[in-house]
Amino acid sequence: MTTIERDLLHTVETDSISAGRHFWGRAALSLSTLWLAASFVLQAAYVSGWITFGFDNWRPVLYAYVLWAIVLCVSRVVLYGEAGKKALFVLPAALFVVAMVVFPLLFALWVGFSDWNLASLTGRKFNGLDNLRRMLSDPFYANALVNMVLYSLAIAVEYAIAFGLALLLSQDIAARKFWRVTFLVPLMLSPVAVSWMVGKSMLETRFGPIARLARWLGWENPSFFGDPLTARLSIMIMDAWTFIPFMMIMLLAGLQALNREVLEAAEVDGATKWQRFWQVIFPLMLPVSVTAVMIRVIFKLKLADIIITVTAGGPGGATDSVTSFIYREYRDRSNVGYGTLLAIIYLIIIVVGMTMLLKVSDRIVRRMTGRL
Amino acid sequence: MVAIDFDKYARGQRLRWWAMRFVVYGLLIAWAIVCMFPLFWTVSTSFKTAADVMKGNLVPWLDFTPSWLGWRSLGLSPDTVFNVSTVREEFMRRLWNSVIMSVAASALAVILGSLAAYGLSRFSYKFGYMRNSDISFFFLSQLIMPPVVLALPFLVLYKELALLDTYVGMIAVYTLMVLPIVIWIMRDQFATVPVELEEAALVDGLSIWGAFLRIIVPLVLPGMVAAFILSMILCWNEYFFAALLTSTNTNTLPVMIASQTGSQGINWWSMAALSTAGILPLVFVGVILEKHIIAGMTAGAVK
Repeated sequence: MTTIERDLLHTVETDSISAGRHFWGRAALSLSTLWLAASFVLQAAYVSGWITFGFDNWRPVLYAYVLWAIVLCVSRVVLYGEAGKKALFVLPAALFVVAMVVFPLLFALWVGFSDWNLASLTGRKFNGLDNLRRMLSDPFYANALVNMVLYSLAIAVEYAIAFGLALLLSQDIAARKFWRVTFLVPLMLSPVAVSWMVGKSMLETRFGPIARLARWLGWENPSFFGDPLTARLSIMIMDAWTFIPFMMIMLLAGLQALNREVLEAAEVDGATKWQRFWQVIFPLMLPVSVTAVMIRVIFKLKLADIIITVTAGGPGGATDSVTSFIYREYRDRSNVGYGTLLAIIYLIIIVVGMTMLLKVSDRIVRRMTGRL
Repeated sequence: MVAIDFDKYARGQRLRWWAMRFVVYGLLIAWAIVCMFPLFWTVSTSFKTAADVMKGNLVPWLDFTPSWLGWRSLGLSPDTVFNVSTVREEFMRRLWNSVIMSVAASALAVILGSLAAYGLSRFSYKFGYMRNSDISFFFLSQLIMPPVVLALPFLVLYKELALLDTYVGMIAVYTLMVLPIVIWIMRDQFATVPVELEEAALVDGLSIWGAFLRIIVPLVLPGMVAAFILSMILCWNEYFFAALLTSTNTNTLPVMIASQTGSQGINWWSMAALSTAGILPLVFVGVILEKHIIAGMTAGAVK
C-alpha cells in the first residue's frame, strides 16, 4: 500500500502488528466485502426477477458500500499501523470519487447503449449501436458540437479583453482595490439570475435598455435572439461578461509576479512601450496565460445555464451547447439512453481535444520562452 | 552645442502623462459601468411598477418613483414582511436549501480535499499501479468532466437509490463538483509549508495526524477559507444538477428563479426582486472576502 523510502515526511515505525490484530483486521475487511458483494448480487437478482425477495430500492447496497469504505479505512490502521494512517489521508477522497465518478461512468456505458424511457414502464431495452447511428444522422447534435467550437473560439477575444483589464489594473491607479472588486462582481452572480435580468430583461426588444441603446445607435429593429448569428453572439457576450473577471484576476496575479528587473532592463535599453509589451511582458506571461485559457476552456465546455434559461437552444437549435441540447433531449423525451450516449461521445471528444490542446500549447510556450 | 528647451520637454511629458491618466481612468470607468449596470438594472427594476418597466425608465426618483411592488409580491416589503405570505415561505425555503447545500458541500469538499492534497504532498502512495502523480491526475482530471456526462446516469442511479430530491444526494453531487478545485488549491498551499515543521512536531512526540491537525491546518487556514468561499460560490450558483435532480423538496434558488414564468407574461418587478435576493448574499460575500477569492483563483497559476 505504501512505500516508506521516498516519503517527503519520514516517520519511524515502532509498533509491530500482533497476529491477533492482523486476523481481526482481515476478518472485518473480508466480512464487509462479502456483505457488499452479497447485497449487490441479491438486489440485482431481485430486480431482474430471479428471486422474489429483496429491498424496495438499491439503498441498502449504498449503505453496504459506505460500511465497506469505513471498514477499509479502519483496517488500514489495524493492519499496517503508522503506514496505514498515511493511507487514511487519501483514501476517503479516493473512495468518494470512485463511488461518484468511476461507477456512474461505467453505468453510463450500460445506459448509453440502450433505449430507456424513464417515463414508461417497460424499462431498459438494449439496442446495440442504434443510438450511435441515430447520433451520426442527428444534425442538431452536430450543430451543438460546432457551436461548442465557436463558443470556445470566443475565448480568444475574452482573453484579449481580460489581458487589457489586467494591464489597466496593474497601472499606477488610485483605489485599486475598489476597481478590482467592481470588476470581480460579475463572477459572483448566479448565471440563471444573469440570464433573466440581462438576457431577458435588458435585451428585451421593446423596453430593454440595451435595445434602446441599439435603436439610438441606428439599429432599426434590434432583436438579439432572432437570427442564429446574433443569437450566438449574444450568448457569447453574456458568458464572456461573467467569466472575463476570472481570467483577469489570474493574469493580474501573473503581471504582479513579473520580475521588475527584467522590465526595468528593457526600459533602460530603450524599448518602447509597444516593444516592451510584445517582446518582454507577453512572452513572460505565456505560462500564466495558458493556465488561465485552459481553465476557461474547461468551464466553457460546461456552458449550459445561460442557454437553457435564455434561448432554450433557439432559434431552431442554433444556440445549443452540447449540454443544453442533451438537457432538452431528456426533458422533451425523457429518454436517458440516447442522451447518455451523446454525453459519452462528448466526453471522449473533450478528452482527446484537451490532450492535443495541452501538447500544442506546451510546445508554443517552450518555443516562445526559449526565444527570450 | 544644441540648446535643449527643458521646459518644453517637461511640458510635453506632463501633457502625455495627463493624457495617459485620462485614458486609463476612462477605460476603468467604462468597464466598471459594464460590470455594474446589470446589477443596477436588476435592483432598480425590483422597485418599478409595470408602466415604469415598459417605458424603460432608468434613474430612480428622477425617471420614476420607487415602489415596493416587486418586494411586496415576494412578501418582503416593509408592509408585508410581518404578514403571512406563501411566496415568502417558498422563497425562504429555497434560500435555506441553497445555504445548507452550498455550505455542507463546500465544507465536505474542503475536508476531503485538504486531507487528500496533504497526503499527496507528503507521502508516496502506491494504490495498485497508481503512483502519486497518477492519483493527483485522477483527482484533477475530474475538472474537465462536463456535468452532463454524469447527469443522466446520476438521475437513474439516484432514482434507484431513492436519493432524488434529497439533501444527501445533492450535497454529494456538489462535493464531487468542487473537489478537484479544492485539491488544486490545497496542493499549492501545502507545497509552501516546509516539511521541517512536521519533522520537528514528530520529534516532539506528535503523531502524523496530530502534526497535521495542530501544526499544518492552522498554517494553511487562509487557503482553506479561499477554497471554501470559491466552492460556495460555485455551489450557490449551480443550476444544471439542481434542475435535473431536485423537485419540490430540495429546490435551490436558481431553480426557483428559472421557473418564474406566469401565465400572463413575466412580472419583471417580482422577477427582479427575486433575482436581487438571490444575488445579493453572494455580492456581499464577494465584496467582503474578495482577498480570499482572489487567493483561491490564483493558486497554482503563478509559480
